[in-house]
Amino acid sequence: MNGIWTTLLGLGDKLAAHVLLSASAIALGIAVALPLAIWASRSEAVARTTLGFASLVQTIPALALLALFFPILLSLRAVFGEGLPTLGFLPALLALALYALLPILRNAVTAQANLDPGVIKAADGVGMSFWQRLRLVEAPLAAPYVMAGIRTAAVWTIGAATLSTTIGQPSLGDPIFAGLQTQNWVLVLAGCIASAGLALIADALLGTIEHGLKTRQRVLTFGGLGAVALGILAALAVQFAGRSEDRIVIGAKGFSEQYILARLIGQRLEDAGYAVGYRDGLGSAVAHRAVSTGAIDILVDYTGTIWTNQMERSDNPSRDAMLADIIDWESRTSGTHVLGRLGFENAYGLAMPRARAQAEGLTSIGDLAAKAQGMTIGGDPEFFERPEWIAVRDAYGLRFAARRNFSPTFMYNALRAGEADVIGAYTSDGRIAADDLVILDDPQGAFPNYDAIVLLAPEAGEDERLLEVLHPLVGAIDVDAMREANFSVDRESDKLSFEEAARRLAERAGL
Amino acid sequence: MTDARQALLEFRDLHKDYGTTMAVDDVSLAIDRGAFVALVGASGSGKSTLLKAVNRLVEPSSGAVLFDGEDVENLPLAALRRRIGYVFQSIGLFPHMSVAENIAIGPRLVGERLPEARITELLELVDLDPAMAPRMPDELSGGQRQRVGVARALASEPQLLLMDEPFGALDPVTRDALGERVRALHAKLGLTTVMVTHDMAEALLLAERVLVMDEGRIVADETPHALLDGAGGDIAQALVAVPRGQADRLAELAR
Repeated sequence: MNGIWTTLLGLGDKLAAHVLLSASAIALGIAVALPLAIWASRSEAVARTTLGFASLVQTIPALALLALFFPILLSLRAVFGEGLPTLGFLPALLALALYALLPILRNAVTAQANLDPGVIKAADGVGMSFWQRLRLVEAPLAAPYVMAGIRTAAVWTIGAATLSTTIGQPSLGDPIFAGLQTQNWVLVLAGCIASAGLALIADALLGTIEHGLKTRQRVLTFGGLGAVALGILAALAVQFAGRSEDRIVIGAKGFSEQYILARLIGQRLEDAGYAVGYRDGLGSAVAHRAVSTGAIDILVDYTGTIWTNQMERSDNPSRDAMLADIIDWESRTSGTHVLGRLGFENAYGLAMPRARAQAEGLTSIGDLAAKAQGMTIGGDPEFFERPEWIAVRDAYGLRFAARRNFSPTFMYNALRAGEADVIGAYTSDGRIAADDLVILDDPQGAFPNYDAIVLLAPEAGEDERLLEVLHPLVGAIDVDAMREANFSVDRESDKLSFEEAARRLAERAGL
Repeated sequence: MTDARQALLEFRDLHKDYGTTMAVDDVSLAIDRGAFVALVGASGSGKSTLLKAVNRLVEPSSGAVLFDGEDVENLPLAALRRRIGYVFQSIGLFPHMSVAENIAIGPRLVGERLPEARITELLELVDLDPAMAPRMPDELSGGQRQRVGVARALASEPQLLLMDEPFGALDPVTRDALGERVRALHAKLGLTTVMVTHDMAEALLLAERVLVMDEGRIVADETPHALLDGAGGDIAQALVAVPRGQADRLAELAR
């Protein structure tokens, strides 16, 4: 339990970011919903259209809605220029505000529709103008219901805001996603407790305001409003106090190796006197886009990933030729700087328990193809969509009986539990040795090379001092060292924190 | 000053239809300054619609309503409604405002503050204890609420009082007392009053002129006395027959 407390206390930054994101999204939701509700109360057609739209938005899973804003904002750059952020706060704000719209709008419209018609008639009868009726009668009578809608919106938004981690916005989702990745339940619990606690507090404060409005007790209304304002101010203070503008932001995709390497780079920069921030849990495409646009400054990526996903190449040249092409492509298309190889490869490979492979006489993917019809293959959520998988599948004519998606961590559990017979594993994963798995040979070379390389955003890549501090990383980390570090955070007991694993890895690599 | 005998209110060829339904069918009518007129008819006879055309809660399909010689279409809406007190069955007190705030709403809309003494006076006019001023509407009985509704309608010192089934939801004792009170206020304040009711007895007892409406038309325009003497035609007489029959049966019982 102590671990949870320490972790919770370390979440101040994330909590502040979470509060500000949620509050901004709700505020934007209110700013859009209330005028719409007034318009809707005067027109049946507007009411139907707006409520229909808001309900439709609600049916889109929050994660998808967040992800959809990336391409939307990207296309809007044609209008607003290249400065428009496509990751982080802005898309998270817009997606969550859309999500907050429905409960506020629905309650406001319902409140107006349910106003006593006698009261409206009286308002007209005594000669109120449109605005007088709105201000003196409709608004005060609808306020408690609108507040109830805002309350619902707040609870939803605070919950959904944890998902904004995936598009590069820090939030209480960071510890949840990091913990889920490494089966570090303390992190997951801490994130859940913090976000649920925040939702409960927001609900209670907004409930106080609602009650104050309903019973016309100004003390409650203004007390509640004051407490909400104080909370937001405190979050602002935490967010902006002592933040230096020239902070180096290091991105990490959602798996252990990435978290550890981000910390290793961060610790090195901190030792050199830099202020450092992290954007954890980024999706693969999002992460590459983030570094090439300068949303983050540094990212560890893999040659094969860039080759097949970003460059959309399907040929498979030698690793030196591939790297040379990537360096050239990155500098031509976005100005992203490639620092160099870290020294190990984290390739995709098809893995299965050694005992089973031996019993069935399987050593290569070619052998597997004959038996695949009776087997289930597991992969991370991206795996089956990736061109590498499609290339391997077609090269060997793989036809599995079933395929299942798992988060990378659960994939290994699934293999052990027999829920999958083969998995798309990562060759630098510590669990390959720990679980006694074999990687099946790829004689046709269908999987490309996946050397880990360090990418720097265009601007960061021109910073000579930064390059100097980072340069010793090139070639410093071999695959055994990386596997050990990965396993030290992934194993079920005696887990190391990412920071500690990073320190040990640096020590072992002589950095 | 205008001639005291000039009509305060005049309907000219007033016509209102809702699609195929005819609510008011070519009504022309003048109501004198200081008159207490009852507009009687069955539900759907168009009496309420006719009344609402005066303060433009209903816009006529054709024809005009003249208020103090001016076409109401040409008067600013808010100003028109402040010159006309309006009392209706569901009362429509603002539930989030105290009795005093409800009464003072009309003057407040034009940026005036109704003095406390005036609120006291208005409450006394409708037979309410001035101590009720700070109460909220949901603490009052139905009769008290309608009295506040009348006080609110009188707060802007209107020339014309329009009442749409004002006592419809009240118990008979309250109804009778409030009716008498309104009749007395009408005289005391020199109001012109038009009251819509479906209750012929109420019309006969309070009004000095009774208009009977049927299917959008005025079918009788008589004094109470003349109606009781059998004037006004079949429809009017059918309505008069109800209270008369009740009175006869009561007299029978008392014998």
